Order: sequence, then structure tokens, then C-alpha cells
Amino acid sequence: MRLEPVANPSFARTLGFPAMALGLSVIVASFLALLAGANPFATLGLILKGAVGSQFAALETLNRATPLIFTGLAVAVAFRAKLWNIGAEAQLYMGALITVILGTSALGLPGPQPLILIAFTAMLGGALMLLGPVILKTRFGVDEVVTTLLLNFIMLLFVSLLLEGPLKDPMGMGWPKSPRLESEARLPRIVEGLRLHWGFALGLICAVAVWMIETRTTLGYEIRAVGQNLKAARFVGIPVNLVLFKTALLSGGLAALAGFSEVAGLKGSLTLDLSPGFGYTGIVVAMLALLHPLGVVVSAVFVAGVFVGADSMSRTAGVPTYIADILLATALLFMVLAILLTRFRIVRG
Amino acid sequence: MTTATEAREVVLRLNGITKRFGKQTANDSINLTLHRGEVVALLGENGAGKTTLMNILFGHYTADAGTVEVFGHTLPTGTTGAALKAGLGMVHQHFTLANNLTVLDNILLGTSPIWSLGRGRKSARARVKTLAEDFGLAVDPDAKIAVLSVGERQRVEILKALYRDARILILDEPTAVLTPQETDALFKTLRKAVERGLSIIFISHKLQEVMTISNRVIVLRHGKLVGQTPTAKTTPSALAELMVGAKISKPVPSESKQGATLFSLRGVSAHPPGHRTGLRNIDLDLHAGQILGLAGVSGNGQGALAELLSGEAKPESGEMRLGNEKDPPWSPRAALAAEIGRIPEDRNSVGSIANFTLTENVILETYKNPSLSRAGWMRWSAAETFARKVIAQYDVRCPGPETRIRLLSGGNIQKLILGRAFETSPRIILANQPVRGLDIGAVTYVHERLIAARDKGAAILLISEDLDEILSLSDVIRVMSEGRLSPEFPRGSKTAAELGRWMAGEGFGHAA
Repeated sequence: MRLEPVANPSFARTLGFPAMALGLSVIVASFLALLAGANPFATLGLILKGAVGSQFAALETLNRATPLIFTGLAVAVAFRAKLWNIGAEAQLYMGALITVILGTSALGLPGPQPLILIAFTAMLGGALMLLGPVILKTRFGVDEVVTTLLLNFIMLLFVSLLLEGPLKDPMGMGWPKSPRLESEARLPRIVEGLRLHWGFALGLICAVAVWMIETRTTLGYEIRAVGQNLKAARFVGIPVNLVLFKTALLSGGLAALAGFSEVAGLKGSLTLDLSPGFGYTGIVVAMLALLHPLGVVVSAVFVAGVFVGADSMSRTAGVPTYIADILLATALLFMVLAILLTRFRIVRG
Repeated sequence: MTTATEAREVVLRLNGITKRFGKQTANDSINLTLHRGEVVALLGENGAGKTTLMNILFGHYTADAGTVEVFGHTLPTGTTGAALKAGLGMVHQHFTLANNLTVLDNILLGTSPIWSLGRGRKSARARVKTLAEDFGLAVDPDAKIAVLSVGERQRVEILKALYRDARILILDEPTAVLTPQETDALFKTLRKAVERGLSIIFISHKLQEVMTISNRVIVLRHGKLVGQTPTAKTTPSALAELMVGAKISKPVPSESKQGATLFSLRGVSAHPPGHRTGLRNIDLDLHAGQILGLAGVSGNGQGALAELLSGEAKPESGEMRLGNEKDPPWSPRAALAAEIGRIPEDRNSVGSIANFTLTENVILETYKNPSLSRAGWMRWSAAETFARKVIAQYDVRCPGPETRIRLLSGGNIQKLILGRAFETSPRIILANQPVRGLDIGAVTYVHERLIAARDKGAAILLISEDLDEILSLSDVIRVMSEGRLSPEFPRGSKTAAELGRWMAGEGFGHAA
């Protein structure tokens, strides 16, 4: 058996194999449900019902998908330039921190202006979080995987420090929790009475914007050139370091919006469990989407659906929620195989 | 060499080999026989199907139809080891040697299980020595590959095949990287091999060499076998016509009119990072309307010089002049702004981005121009129009501008790069190995374009390892060896053999 490259992968090929990857991961998950002593069909049915079975469930899935759209976009745009940003988690917390600091002080601005100011400042903060590692990378060749990863822990400890100290809510009965945002700093719901906030819409807008940047602008062209062939990019005079800086600003900014959206749209205050690893899950989301910005939306909703559905299923069926992690992990592994199979065909002999 | 090969034993027979890639037929029912003690030259343009045929022979591809017979036994299809076991040996254009191992280790690698490499070394060394003496392949078995010259490395490749008892040798463009003297030595070895009953398939674009070494010539065009003739009964021009399917006239430049000095170096030295050869106190002038041909064996500082002209590097010491400007701010963008057209040595990993489309590749150097982008927004329709223009004017054969460039042959990639550089009407042109690995049709085309640019007044630096190319195109020739430059030799004042001695480092004594 050998692999032969496929010159121009057909549409069916590019969609079919990833779909098969998802199917296979579901089969693996069913097997595990069987091991846990539950009926796999019922388990999967419950996950599906828990994810999209009711209006409440579907909106919960979209709410959960919102931060993943931002972190997924952040990872996707950075990985396009082969800038390995593993620090979306830290950038998310930076965004959340700035949102809380600005949102708890009376800004005295009319209309949506406080929100716009907060969002932009949060983006700037997240962007600066990634700029440091990129300067170290371009100046001294320090591996950004290491620096961005370590910054995640530094940031989490820093937030913990603030929540135990200056940012601690005096009315919080001793819990490490920030005060609640002023109402002018809260993201309103898209439709009154439905539990879905404007953060989700902002995520969709960002996805389209990133897609436009990647395909329509000189920056996007430069990002793709740097990611695809660094030597050629240098030879033709693309300012590689500048492109990496811009990519870092974009990526860090997008990840920070996840923190902004979670605090201003959903939680209203900052706690240390704001993100159950949204930054890391963003890598899974981006990889599942093959780094395509619009695909990130789809894969973020899928990943969120699996988590929300598994939560709900475990309450009724008694199968551990870890099945969600396994489902996603196998989906990612099979997806890597699917990517290979869209580009190569297996030849016998 | 004898021409009465028909009566001899057939050692290799390809029967009706057909291979399709999608709609394209790379090999169309090709029949080929090779006799004992025969040298068959395989000629063909890029994309004619030579590489595909060899890949089928070695089992890397599976043929859609047809069989391969070696010494009368049909090879199982698509099994990579079968051809090697049956006695075929391949010497690739790009060597497959481990630089950090010795010659002996490289030869033994893969012949015996890895844990027994230590055993039987004595007998192995003796055998390598005998083979080397028998075939005139002088090389020290204990030398590390890294310290060997290109010619010596090729000898190791041949020894490797001989050590594995290859009875049929296939050489892919073996002379592309050799000096004339090294080529002569290679031919001596091949003749000795033939005397001992080996058979050889010799893949080359250089017609003169094909005429010298082969008994029979087979010509492929567009995947079909279009001609088969004893070498004695044909001429280089007849072969060239068969390959291209049309009459070919070698471009002959007229007398040049030397114009103003557009670029000059005075006492320039440079030490590129790594172990590459730098420049040692070099003086150089590029004149308008003149082709300066830079001969030399690869890796003698040509890369460092090319990087200076392309804007990738700056001189460490000495003076650089661009027109009247002394030591200008220098970068790839500055070089492009100074109207320097650049054809890089490595068209695949530096000149183009494999996964980009033709459109995306053709605007790499000019995408910032107002015609191609405005206020940060790409004008893709204008870019595509430009790509179509280059594709049409430079005869780039491709399905369309939306094709990814990795699917194109080397010649067509080079034509696109040529179009990208020439469409800006450059005043200075850096042509670094512009025709390496290209077929005769593409070579002629590139050379015509270079001469046309010269006639329009461009100053051209042509860097090449191919002395024929240097001798036929250059108005002035200089030779580079170990980072030093020879004096200027006007057209026709030196023969290939004389230049070969300069390439080997003779004559620099006083200059160093």
C-alpha cells in the first residue's frame, strides 16, 4: 500500500473524509458508552438532545461556542503564518481582566461607547501579550511554543493574585471573585428573553473579517506566504518580522475578545474558573476547521455541542462526561488522517 | 564501441508501459529494450515522461498497463525492492548520501542489516577498493562524504550501485554538476563498465554528451516514444528536432555594445553564515547591454555573490555601487526598486511557493504596486489578468492561473519566474542557474529571452555550472573559485578546457 498525491482534490473528497472522521469518532465513543454499561444509541441520542434538543439546549451550545470561536480564530490566524500561539488562554484572561477593570469603573460614556472602548482595550491587551513572545522569536530565535505556553501559567497566577487582592469583591463573602460589571459594560442579549448575547454575533463578524483579511488583503497574502515558504517570502522582500508582529496583534486581540465576551456577555464578573481551557480547546477547534476562519465557527459549535450535550447526558444516563473529551480527541486524530486522505489516495500494490 | 547490439542478450525490456495522471498521459504504451553492454540515451523535454518511466521501472509508481522484464523475468508491479534485487541501480541527479558518514558506510548502508554493519568491514573495504580500481572510481573509502567534491560524490553513488551487483545502471542527468574534466572521467568509467558487460541508460539534455557516450538514442515527447536510432546515424540537431517536435535554432547573440556601468563591486568580501564559501576581495562591473558569464563549480562563492545582487545580503567590507550611488540602503525590496530582475538558483524553494496558485506566485515581487493592491486590499482580478498575460507571453503550459504551481514542471515554473522578473523591464538581471534541469526547448527559450533583454540594454550576470551555456551566451566570462574571481575573458578568448583549469583553482596564485 502506498500513497499517491491527488492533483486536485474534489469537493466530495475534501468534505467526505472529514465527515467520515467525525463518524468514526462517534463509533469509538459508542463503544466506550457500551463499556460504561449504557446503551450507546441512547447515550448518543441524549448527547444530541442535550446539545440541540430544545431551544434552551441549542442556545446553551451557542453560548459555549462563543469563546471557542474567538480562541479558534486566534489560533487559526496565527497558525496560518506558522506562528505557534499556544497562549490563547493567557490572552483570554488578559481580555477578561481589562474588561473587569474598565467595566467596574464608571466610565460615564453614553450608549454603546463604553463597550466599544472596553473591547478595543481588551484586544490591545491580548495583542501585547503575544507581542513579547514574537519579539523574542524574531530577535533571539526563542521558541514561541515555550514562551506562549508558559505565559498561560504566569497569567493565571497573576489573575489569582489580583482576585485575592486589589480586585477582590468586598461584597463577595470572601470568595476570590471580582465585583460585578456596571450595567453599561454588559453585552446585551441579541433577542430579549433568549439566553444568547451579542458576543456570539461579534464572533461571527470576526470570523467573516478574518476570512476577508486572509483572502482579500495584502496582509493576508503576506501571512500565507510567510507560513507557506519563509525562504521565498524573504527572497521577494516581504517584511517577515513585521508580518509576524501584525499576525501576533491580530491573534492576541481575537483571543482577548473571548475573555471580554465571557465576562461582559455571560458571567458579569471575573473568577479563576472563567475558562475551562478555552484557549487550548481553541487549538482543537482551529485544527478541526483546517484553519479556515468560517470553518472555525462550525467546528466551535460542534465542539461546544459535544461538551454541552455530554454534560446533560451524564446527568440522566450516568455515563461520565469524559466521553466528551474522548469524542473530541478521537475526532481530532481521525481528522488528521482525513486531511491526509483528502490530499493522497491509497494505492494497492 | 560496437554497434552490433541487436544480436546481444536483452537485459531490460519495457512492454507497452502506460501511465495516466488524471486526464494526462505521462507514458503512452512505451516499448524499450536494452541490450547487454549497451548505452542507451533517453532524451526528452521536461514532462516528456522520462522520470515517470524510471519511477515505474523502480516500482515507485504502478503502471496502468504494461510490464517490466529484467533478464527475462517480469517484475511484480509496484514493489520498490524488486528492481534493485533484479540488478538495476540508479544514480540520481540529487545524491542520496549521508554527509556525516564515510564513503564505506554509505556504500554499506542498506546492503546488510544495521546491526551487522561492524562485521565484515574488512572484506567490504577490499571489495570497494577492487571495484574502484576496476572502474576507475578513485575515492578514499574512509573519507567523510561532507569533504568530497561533487564529482567524488557521484563516484560514490556509482560505487554504491556496483557494490550491490547492479548489472544495469541508470544515470539521471549525471553531468549536470560536473566540470568538463570530471565529465571525461565519468565517461571513462562508463566505458569500462560497458566493457564488463554492464548496460546503461543515460538520461541527459546535453546532446553533445549523448552523441559521445551512447550507442542508441531513444526520444520521448509528450509521453510517447517518438524516435529511436543508433547514435552513429543521427546528428544533434536532428535529435533536438525530435525532442521538441519542431526545428530548433540555437540562439546566437550578436556582438554586444557595452554600455554604462550599472553595478559594481570594489574589494568586496563577505562571509555568509554556515559553512558556505564567501567572497574574497572581489572587483566586479556589470555593464548595460552585456552578459557577464560567471563560470565555476557550484559552491565556490557564487551564492554569496548572487545574494549581494539580489539584495539578500550586504557586503561586509569594500564598496558597492549602484549606478552613481555608493553603498545604497540594501534589501530585496531595494533591489527590486533599483530595477534588478532576479532569477534565483532554487526555483522550487526560493523562487516560488509550492502551494500558491500561479496568480499568487506571479505577483510575489510586485503585489504592493498600485495596479495590484490599493490601501491594503488585493486586486485579485487585476492580478489574474497579469498572470494570464505572463502565461500567454512566456508560454507557461498550465491548466490555468488558478493552478497550484507545485503541479507544474520545472521548465514551466522557470518560465513563470522569468515572466515575473522580466515584466518589470529590469535594467540589471541576475540569472542564477537559469536553465538547470530544463529541457532543450525551455533552455532555448530562456536563452533567447536573456539575449533579447541584453539587446534592450540590460546588464546581465549569468551564473552557471554549464560551460557550454557560459561560452555560448556570455560577452565576457569570469571564473569563480574559492571565493575569488578570475580576470575578465572576452568572448572566444578561452576554450572550455582552459576555463576548466581556472575552475579547478589554477591561475589564481597571484590574486590570492
